[in-house]
Order: sequence, then structure tokens, then C-alpha cells
Amino acid sequence: MQRTKIAVIDYGFGNIKSVINALRYCGAEPCIVDSPLKILNFGGTILPGVGAFGPAADFLKLKGFYKIIRDYVNSGKMLYGICLGFQLFFTRSYENGNYEGLDIISGEVKKFEFGDKTLKIPHMGWNDISIAEGVYAEKMFYSINNRENFYFVHSYYVVPENFLYVSSICEYGLKFCSSVAYENVWGSQFHPEKSGKEGLKILSNFINEVGK
Amino acid sequence: MLGIRLIPCLDVAKGRVVKGTNFVNLRDAGDPVEVAEQYYSEGADEIVFLDITATHEGRNTTVDLVRKTAEKVFIPLTVGGGIRTIEDIRNLLNAGADKVSLNSSAVKDPEIIRKASDKFGIQCIVVAVDAKKVREYKWNVFVHGGRIDTGIDAVVWSEKAAKLGAGEILLTSMDKDGTKDGYDLELLKAVSNSLEIPVIASGGAGKIEHFSQACEYGASAMLAASLFHYKKLTIKEIKDYLESKNIFVRTIN
Repeated sequence: MQRTKIAVIDYGFGNIKSVINALRYCGAEPCIVDSPLKILNFGGTILPGVGAFGPAADFLKLKGFYKIIRDYVNSGKMLYGICLGFQLFFTRSYENGNYEGLDIISGEVKKFEFGDKTLKIPHMGWNDISIAEGVYAEKMFYSINNRENFYFVHSYYVVPENFLYVSSICEYGLKFCSSVAYENVWGSQFHPEKSGKEGLKILSNFINEVGK
Repeated sequence: MLGIRLIPCLDVAKGRVVKGTNFVNLRDAGDPVEVAEQYYSEGADEIVFLDITATHEGRNTTVDLVRKTAEKVFIPLTVGGGIRTIEDIRNLLNAGADKVSLNSSAVKDPEIIRKASDKFGIQCIVVAVDAKKVREYKWNVFVHGGRIDTGIDAVVWSEKAAKLGAGEILLTSMDKDGTKDGYDLELLKAVSNSLEIPVIASGGAGKIEHFSQACEYGASAMLAASLFHYKKLTIKEIKDYLESKNIFVRTIN
């Protein structure tokens, strides 16, 4: 059987090796893509990312990814954003300033701020999530139990305007949106590629959707 | 709830896991990839490779090792030991490491913390602090395996490292390391209380109670090496114990 090809957008900052390794392990054929038009050849694309919002947003804009990613999403093809890649889906972020995101999903990215010093920032480690109801959340979390743990590392969290997109909720000082799934757009604040077997299941679910 | 992390540490030299006390009488203890896979399947929350070879060739072997491990182990992988330059960090991250741990090089030139975290993000920069008690409630940073006192206060240095962009502090008590009589709880509390970023407790774990104690004194994660190598306790045993103490941990089926 032919392996499903998945584009992984490389914008020069993040460690994309983990995503590549995980996709390969799950039976896909990951392809590193660094110019926008190339993603149009794929049925599935992953926008990974670690690091700060501003430089990543600037880079993607400069390279012409913004418009192409929106066109790609409008064409109905599968897109998965991880961590910073997930935050980039939203309208704007207040990380070290005020930056425009891709605006695929209306909402903002805000910093964790706690009075309680035992709540360390970044929110780093394994936390459990409550999976939302609905057909898209079901696809994303197929064969995964509610309240399973995933690996997070972030100081900012997303606040979607519309609850419709939310596929899971996590709690750290407050309840926040830990993932979205709506039609062809999936994203998670946690790292599926670093979340052991359960994380790999999500990537397999994504690969399956792309292969449909 | 965010779980407390349990992190096995593998000392590696020339591509093999080694065991020994205070860097002497090193004994071969297996293939790091296999050992890491084993810990991964037992429910480790992260893995740390500590490269104790100092040579350039040894370093390339470690990069290779990271590459092989990252193809099979899907939890965060940290690499420490002898990392000096941005180029060293890039090589390890490109090979599949998720974090690097900086020690002496950061003490020598703290700006490397800022440069590295600006470039790769704070999530992948761990600063390892080797602390030794010099008097009551006062610990200094030591380098070269605990032999040289830098005269720098460990709490002050940890705060500075956090400000420069460290994502977490790996805090090793040089007094407790190898003793098996528990983490240095006062040190842990002093550092954790003064920081917003997570602190990993290291050095001294020997009994199951030591892990719950570290949680009480502000650890976000606990690192242990020999305890796991010699199978004195398994990851599952420790996690079951912590759960019984109402401390949240990630359990796997």
C-alpha cells in the first residue's frame, strides 16, 4: 500500500524532526516543505512550530504562506497545527507585542498569568484533557479515552470566539482550549508527536482522514 | 491536572550507557536506544541523556544516538553534557532532541542562554545548576563535576538563567548526588520559590518517599539515574506511590 504523503511546513525555527519521525512511525511519508505553493500538491499538511509567535508570523507572511494556507484550507484539504502552529491559526497574539495570525479561526492568543507561584510558567509536562462532543472531535480522538494525558509546553493559550471549533479542554490555573477540530482544520496546543502512544493515535487519525 | 514528571537519566559515553560512581569505575550498561525505549514503554515522562565523554568524536556518536532514539521514542528527549555553542545545540535539535541542557558553558558565558532561547525557543533550553552547600541556607554553583566552586550563589544564578531565557532548571545537589538519602529539599525549596519556571530535582533519590518529598518542596519533575538502572524501583512503582499520596501523575495502560 502506498504511504500517505503529508507536507510538514518548515519555517526554519522549530525542531521539526520529531514530527517527521512520528509521521513516519505512523506509516505516512512526511515531506518537508519550505515554499508555499508546494503545499497545494498535498492532501494533508502539518504546521508545526516551537518558539515565539512574532518571528514565525513574520516569516510565514514574508514567504507568502499566509494567503496560500488560507486558500489551501478553503479548498477543503486537511491541516493540522501543533503548538505554535496551532496558535498561528487565530486572529492575533499578544506574545511580545501584537501580531496578526492566519485568522483561520477567530480568536486570540494570551499569556498565562497567575498570582500563585506554584503554577509554573511555561505550563510544561503531561496534562489530561476533556474531549468535547461532536463529530469532528470524535474523528480527531478516535480510539482515545477521555482524560488521557498529553505533553504540553507553552506560556500562551488560545481563546477562540466560537466554541464550535473546540475539540478538547485542558485545565491549568484556568480552563483553556487544548485543541480544535472543525471540518478540515485540526490543531492542538499539546504535542501529539511527543505524547507517547496516545499522541501517535491522533497523528494516525489525521493520516487516515487525509487518505480518505 | 498537570502531572509531576519522572525522568530517568542515562549517562552515556562513546555511544553506550555507563554506570559508575563519581565518573570512576565506569561499567558498560547497555545500548542507550534500547534502554531509552524500555523506559518509554514503562511510562517515563521524559528521557535525559547526559553525555559524559568530552571528546569531539564522542560528541558525534551522541548526535547519532539521539537520532536513533528519536525515531522510536515519542516523549521529550533532553541531551546534556559538554554543549558549548549554538552550533552544538542546533546539531542536537536537528537530530531529534527536544531540549538541551546547558551547564558549565552557561556559567562561563550566560549570554549563550539568551542566544539559544531567542533562536530555538525557551521550551528547549534547560539550564543545569550543580549546587553545593557552603553554609546554612546558602548554596554555590559548582562546575567540573562538583570540584570547582564558582562562588556564585545557586539561587541568584537560577534567577538569572530564568531571566535570560531558560525554560526550566535542572537542579542537582552535589552534596546529595550518589548518597541515596534523598533530594536536598531546602535547596529545592529555595530555588523553586524564587522562580516562575519549573524546577527538576536531581541528586539523591534512593527511596520511594524521596519522590513525594520533592513534590512537597516545589519540584515539577524528578530525575533519577542509578535508582532506575539498578531497578531498585520501577517507574510504575513510584507513580503508583505518588498517586496513593494524591499527587497527580500520568499513568499508561
